[in-house]
Amino acid sequence: MSVWTYRGLRGGVRTIGWPLEEVSGMMGLPVPTAHRCPEGCERCAQSCPTEAITIDDGGVELDHGACIDCKLCVEVCPFGILSPTTSLTRASSDRDALRRRSDVEPAPPTLQPTKHQRWLRKSLFVRHIDCGSCNGCESEITALDNPYYNLHRFGVFFTPSPRFADVLLVTGPITSPMHDPLVATYEAMPGPKYVIATGVCAISGGTNGGGYNAHRGLGGVVPVDLWLPGCPPHPAVIADALLALVGRT
Amino acid sequence: MKSWNEVSIGEPGELVSLLSELIVDPEQAPRTYRRLQAIWARRTSEGIELNYLASSGQGEPFKLWRLFVAPGSGVPSLAMLIPLAGSYEREIADLYGIRFEGAPDQRRLVLHEGSRAPDGFLGLAGSYSDPFAFVSTPTEMPRVGGDDLQQLRFGPVRADVVESGSFTFSYAGEGIVHLETRLFYKHRGMETRFEGRSIQSGSLLAERVSGVDSVAHGLAFALACEDALQLRVPTRAQQLRVLLAELERLYNHLQYFGLLSKLTTLKVADAEGHYLAELVKQLNARLSGGRFLRGLVVPGGLRRDLVTDEVGDVLNELEEQAHTYLSALAGTRSYLDRLETTGMLSAQVALAQGATGPIERASGLDRDLRRDHPYSGYDRYHFAVPGATMGDARARALIREHEIFASFAILGQVIAQLEDGPVFVADDSRRSAEAFGGMGWVEATRGTLIYVVYGEDGYLSRVKIKEPSFSNWRVFPYTVDGTNMMDYAINEASFGLSVAGNDR
Repeated sequence: MSVWTYRGLRGGVRTIGWPLEEVSGMMGLPVPTAHRCPEGCERCAQSCPTEAITIDDGGVELDHGACIDCKLCVEVCPFGILSPTTSLTRASSDRDALRRRSDVEPAPPTLQPTKHQRWLRKSLFVRHIDCGSCNGCESEITALDNPYYNLHRFGVFFTPSPRFADVLLVTGPITSPMHDPLVATYEAMPGPKYVIATGVCAISGGTNGGGYNAHRGLGGVVPVDLWLPGCPPHPAVIADALLALVGRT
Repeated sequence: MKSWNEVSIGEPGELVSLLSELIVDPEQAPRTYRRLQAIWARRTSEGIELNYLASSGQGEPFKLWRLFVAPGSGVPSLAMLIPLAGSYEREIADLYGIRFEGAPDQRRLVLHEGSRAPDGFLGLAGSYSDPFAFVSTPTEMPRVGGDDLQQLRFGPVRADVVESGSFTFSYAGEGIVHLETRLFYKHRGMETRFEGRSIQSGSLLAERVSGVDSVAHGLAFALACEDALQLRVPTRAQQLRVLLAELERLYNHLQYFGLLSKLTTLKVADAEGHYLAELVKQLNARLSGGRFLRGLVVPGGLRRDLVTDEVGDVLNELEEQAHTYLSALAGTRSYLDRLETTGMLSAQVALAQGATGPIERASGLDRDLRRDHPYSGYDRYHFAVPGATMGDARARALIREHEIFASFAILGQVIAQLEDGPVFVADDSRRSAEAFGGMGWVEATRGTLIYVVYGEDGYLSRVKIKEPSFSNWRVFPYTVDGTNMMDYAINEASFGLSVAGNDR
């Protein structure tokens, strides 16, 4: 056993600073620039596998709540109107704020500050529920516990029981058999409670929602406090969303 | 279609005699390489086509038996002769309304008991704008034992960040008498989601069947389409695909050791395993723009070329770190004690129930698609396929440990041999305009993954996914019954199962 104590000490601190300045190699979801598109060109909208793009008189609108970051639109646009960003795409408390029309960075996610937020600032308990994800979101949520992100340092913990949970992280498009367990889990949580729709499946169904055995996301099932885009969201953005919930960003 | 040999079956009655070569003899040690891989149904103008796919010996084509039946009709079940067939038959019964006569287990599988298909439902057709009505209904459970047995049910919402699934233990004290798993809480109907999509956009969907197997799924789908359209992928694209596939295996296996350490309460080893997996994911992100290597593999090659300058050096450093980490684990007595003799799986059960990947290799079955049915140029690389015969959790971990170093060896050869050239070949044969069908296979992290695609006019009409976890989840309860509660979590982790892949 002592070999592990020694290894742990010799390994030193592997945790990165916060807030994250830059995560190497990562790109954010594409955003439209404010330039006008030529009349009649709908190549980006046609290429989009999740119908995240709409085109009207005002130009291109890209819904980050449905974008799976496949960058097909970036590839087909001959005018460079859609471009990948280098900053990670953050969560929003306003579903409509995810519908992007320009590359102007939206305001960071804020909730109405309440006294509850102050109670939870240094001790936030999180329950995760998988409602039909592809396991990509789980893989990234699990990564929050690795030494690189080390979520514990912020006083954020995962709890096995919804009875102790302040936050519910929901992943997946809500499959039919998971609908009732989701509602039961939410109802088992004591107030004040928050829900984060984690990943595009939970927001809009993404590629996997709909069909004979799944809904199209969380809307209308339980109240949502934060919409967290990404397919899957980067661990840093999940951490950011959890901290935003208690006013620590 | 050169990847399989076809046999048409005229009458359902001939099914058993024709497929008798696949029957598993529980008394005999498995010597045969031939085995049932999958059964699936497909709607055609002539009725419902049932397909029985089996793998043959090394380098030989797969074998496919086809049988047409009327919707709603009955077919003899193979489940009493080939146990694995039972799971596929239950899936087809749920989704296509075929009755399998004489099947030992005729409960619902893919659709839960609460799912209410519309009146006159005789199989999936087209797309559905709304899900079927669903009324929460208790799972139909087998009756186990007498009054002194206790029942413990947990799930579908379980402790920790894990996938949804429900498990019912019948136990006496510490001893587990029977484990009944109930999965498919996550069934999204991914196979039907391909229908009506273009070949090119199918890749994005395949990558989202099981997120931590994105490359394997994307690649198996692409290989199936290339088989159907007879596309020859440029060498550089083949090499880069191998690079992506092995990087995926690496982060999965390293994550696996992190979890196993966590469950054997080695805090530092837990942190280190997860940290190493994180380093591979970060390398993935720098290489491809995404931590799961998505959006690259498409039918015809890769969507864009990759810059691999940094990869060799990073991998050398990682290999060194992985080596000292895994050596330290292998020298930790408390860790080995928890794994040795935990969750024993015999070669006979492994074969009969369809164990695949590291699970079967740990139980004395020696097969690996990369070596036996090479794809994407795997025959160009030298690598060892590890084997073990103990069939316990330790053996399953040992296989993965050796596979990590096999992956490093393959990656080193890929980088050394990487050729310049194009990475994509367009399909100008116009073959996609006709009706097409093809098959692709990949040795994924968790075992044999097969995609079968059908389509016409460049659009897909049916996609079947044979997922390794589908059969590994079937095997798993056989290693639980008769063991004890303390070992359960470690045993489950030693299987390294994916629920998303199983449920689809």
